[in-house]
Amino acid sequence: MSDFNQGDSLPELRVTPDAGLTKRYAEASGDPNPIHTDPEFAKSVGLPGVILHGLYSMAQVARAHTDAVGGDPRALKRLSVQFRGMGLPEQEIVVSATVKERDDGRIITDTVAAQGDNRIIRNAEAELELS
Amino acid sequence: MAVNTEAVGKQWPPASFEIEAPRITQYANAVGETNPIYHDAKAAKAAGFRDLVAPPMFCVVYSAPALGPAILDPEVGINIPAMVHGGQEFEWGEPVCAGDVITTTATCKEIYEQDGKAFYVFESNSVNQEDRGTVRATWTDIVRGA
Repeated sequence: MSDFNQGDSLPELRVTPDAGLTKRYAEASGDPNPIHTDPEFAKSVGLPGVILHGLYSMAQVARAHTDAVGGDPRALKRLSVQFRGMGLPEQEIVVSATVKERDDGRIITDTVAAQGDNRIIRNAEAELELS
Repeated sequence: MAVNTEAVGKQWPPASFEIEAPRITQYANAVGETNPIYHDAKAAKAAGFRDLVAPPMFCVVYSAPALGPAILDPEVGINIPAMVHGGQEFEWGEPVCAGDVITTTATCKEIYEQDGKAFYVFESNSVNQEDRGTVRATWTDIVRGA
């Protein structure tokens, strides 16, 4: 039984994508964009190096929510995010979710995913069914 | 520069994707989902699923064959090298399991310009082989310097 009320925080999720992660995620997701896998290409378009896939970071936000209620994927009803800062490999991502509403066994969270001061996902809103 | 909005309302042909267990596990490994229901069909069945189940965000994998042609369509006219993924929303329905065939239809919902950027908004709807909805999505791509 997981119970969260308005103002509560969900357990923080911390993950550090290793140097090979973007290549594995590209293969697993089928996203071939070389800005995520080829450092030379990434630099040629003005990036500091390869950057994380936004949808990888969104998957960490999703995981923080399903983990908070015992791991049932059916609990996550909706997730909406805005991608802002660029995510980088080999830097820890911290996903912080706060309950902004609770209604009838469901919560709505306001969530941020950040690497240090760089908020790579902000204004994320999730709807999660409590078990 | 004014963005061309002629493609608003365009719908692309449905694209189907057969869910294979190794793709689910490969995806779960990449995103760090260690829950046994994504790795072991027996564990998934014990948890009440028909077969090995996919993490919610696996929807990006089975939606891709429908979204790719929409985003790359010359009638939409996205300047791909200048494109960034601006926002994403998913609303999930029926869980997706190994052996399912998911069919996704993409539509161009909106194209507009704001603060010198062009916004391209696509919607997609995915259903399984029993015509039950698995995910509805809104994809927002942004092109700078429009």
